[in-house]
Amino acid sequence: MTATDNIKFSDETLALVQKTIRRYPPGRQKSALLPVLHLAQAEFDGWLSAPVMDYVASLLDLQPIEVYEVASFYSMFNLQPVGRCLIEVCHTSSCWLLGADDIVKHLEQKLGIKKGQTTPDGKFTLKTVECLGSCGTAPMMMIGAQFHENLTLEKVDAIVGEWEGKGERSRYC
Amino acid sequence: MTLQFACGYDKKSETRQSMSKKILLKNDHIPGINTLEVYRKHGGYESLKKALSMAPDAIVEEVKKSGLRGRGGAGFPTGMKWSFLAKPEGVPRYLVCNADESEPGTFKDRYLMERIPHLLVEGMIVSSFALGANTSYIYIRGEYFYILRILEKAIDEAYAAGLLGKNILGSGFDHDCYVQIGAGAYICGEETALLESLEGKRGNPRLKPPFPAVKGLWDCPTVVNNVETIAAVVPIVEMGGDTYAGIGIGKSAGTKLISASGHINKPGVYEIELGVPVEEFIYSDEYCGGIRNGKELKAVVAGGSSVPILPKHLILKTAAGEPRLMSYESLGDGGFATGTMLGSGGFIVMDEDTSIVKNLYTFARFYHHESCGQCSPCREGTGWMERIIKKILDGKGTLADIDLLWDVQSKIEGKTICPLGEAAAWPVAAAIRHFRHEFEEYVTRPEGIREVRHYYRLNRLEPA
Ligand SMILES: Cc1cc2nc3c(=O)[nH]c(=O)nc-3n(C[C@H](O)[C@H](O)[C@H](O)COP(=O)(O)O)c2cc1C
Ligand code: SF4
Ligand code: FES
Repeated sequence: MTATDNIKFSDETLALVQKTIRRYPPGRQKSALLPVLHLAQAEFDGWLSAPVMDYVASLLDLQPIEVYEVASFYSMFNLQPVGRCLIEVCHTSSCWLLGADDIVKHLEQKLGIKKGQTTPDGKFTLKTVECLGSCGTAPMMMIGAQFHENLTLEKVDAIVGEWEGKGERSRYC
Repeated sequence: MTLQFACGYDKKSETRQSMSKKILLKNDHIPGINTLEVYRKHGGYESLKKALSMAPDAIVEEVKKSGLRGRGGAGFPTGMKWSFLAKPEGVPRYLVCNADESEPGTFKDRYLMERIPHLLVEGMIVSSFALGANTSYIYIRGEYFYILRILEKAIDEAYAAGLLGKNILGSGFDHDCYVQIGAGAYICGEETALLESLEGKRGNPRLKPPFPAVKGLWDCPTVVNNVETIAAVVPIVEMGGDTYAGIGIGKSAGTKLISASGHINKPGVYEIELGVPVEEFIYSDEYCGGIRNGKELKAVVAGGSSVPILPKHLILKTAAGEPRLMSYESLGDGGFATGTMLGSGGFIVMDEDTSIVKNLYTFARFYHHESCGQCSPCREGTGWMERIIKKILDGKGTLADIDLLWDVQSKIEGKTICPLGEAAAWPVAAAIRHFRHEFEEYVTRPEGIREVRHYYRLNRLEPA
């Protein structure tokens, strides 16, 4: 398998990986897996392909399966490609009480997709997620690491409009 | 119980004016309090200085005396937990801070870390000194990436000032503190799942015993505490355990951060002295400011999604007619038949237009999504409950489905590795217990479901 040949972190990211590993006792580099998967997702187009996960495994001296089983457990790791702008709308109790369903419906209509889908031009992915700790400023959605709170339909329109014109990808880190 | 209740109540009326006692958030309003410079100007890291001059066991003693109980949800006495920590020769010990905060309705740790990050960092160093831990980790939920940056900045400042690292303030105590990021999994808030995750694995809770105090992170003795618990150690060391124990009511010592959300005029994070009447908390302008749009209160989930929902008459007063107070004991009065729990302090308020069934559906969907899948009663039960509630919600349910739902929830508690199973079952049980008529309405008058008024309207918009 040479699938990882053309996949490599930038030197800057590699330095971050090394710094992360040093937080743990010798031989416990597996602990760096979640932080490093976040770095990988940010650097390689917002999702974790099998070759990317294999690369992470080789970096941390792990079996590929150890990486796959972790990547598939946590909801922030995307195992499929996502749009440049990943919109995550909270739909749990406090947000629902204050109109999350309307936010989701509005976004579905506006983007012409259902939740869980990506627009054909690859610009937007719409996802519903569970409580993000923003219940006091509900309803809310997250794009990358940015919280958008106290949403109204107008606010949502403005945020989507901004992302329409953006070249970069939403990212957590 | 009644005795304690009675004397506590008297005490409360004596200290009536000082109810909005702020300890953790006392400097919250000061601009720049997130920086080391301003934090220190207002007494920051004085507690650490004092701690380093004490014997570690004496600090544990103060925490015991303070009556501090874990603020993560379970309310276990912190001093007692600390005294269980095994101390075998030559084996490192760890302190791990639980900043996973994912219980729906809970956003207090976020507030504290965002506003006063040094309070947590100071608490980490003081607690680690007391426990003899030279390394600590703050495990923060993945969605709080921006807070990770805030904490890392605070930690860097602390290193630069000699408050972290080797020979802290000349005491001979070495300590390193790191922040670890999660990746989206409520179950990683359960302490053993958190440790698994910190080891780079799936967040599957471990079978206990052994408890983390004996075999925790990398099989070493470990204490896991909530953000707010660790922050509270700072004022406890500062004022002494006895003084702290005098704040609050009975066995509910000190203050508690409550994150209030839902149909109230003033959602947000409030620090309350334990013992404030629930009615005051909901209606007073100092706290929630009453129900939005002049509506009536219908129900409250008082301590995060896992605790039983209570209808208006039972959240304001106990079954015996006593005013219900914001304390572990008073909220728990009546057991699950008529009471609830303080839990994580996630206080969700619902007005008269709320569909209890639909709200329950959002909880059931949540627990199904978050079950780690190790135990069949939880894995299958959470999915089954979600499907039955959806069926009822869609107007396709039967009366037998309500009984089935009750039956399914009753067979989860006590049969699982971790408490997520029961956390999923309790809200279902309580909703049926107190609002069975609403489930029946969905079943017997499906054509009337459109009339069940749902509060779908957006924030700041008037009801249609
Ligand atoms: C499913 C589940 C989720 C939990 N989530 C959290 C959490 O997000 N934060 C937290 O502090 N405790 C959480 N807990 C409680 C922890 O297991 C543990 O009791 C707590 O971190 C201990 O700290 P404390 O004694 O300071 O409260 C959770 C428990 C369970 C069963
Ligand atoms: S109760 Fe649920 S979440 Fe907890 S270990 Fe079992 S399956 Fe996992
Ligand atoms: S319920 Fe949406 S952020 Fe908590």
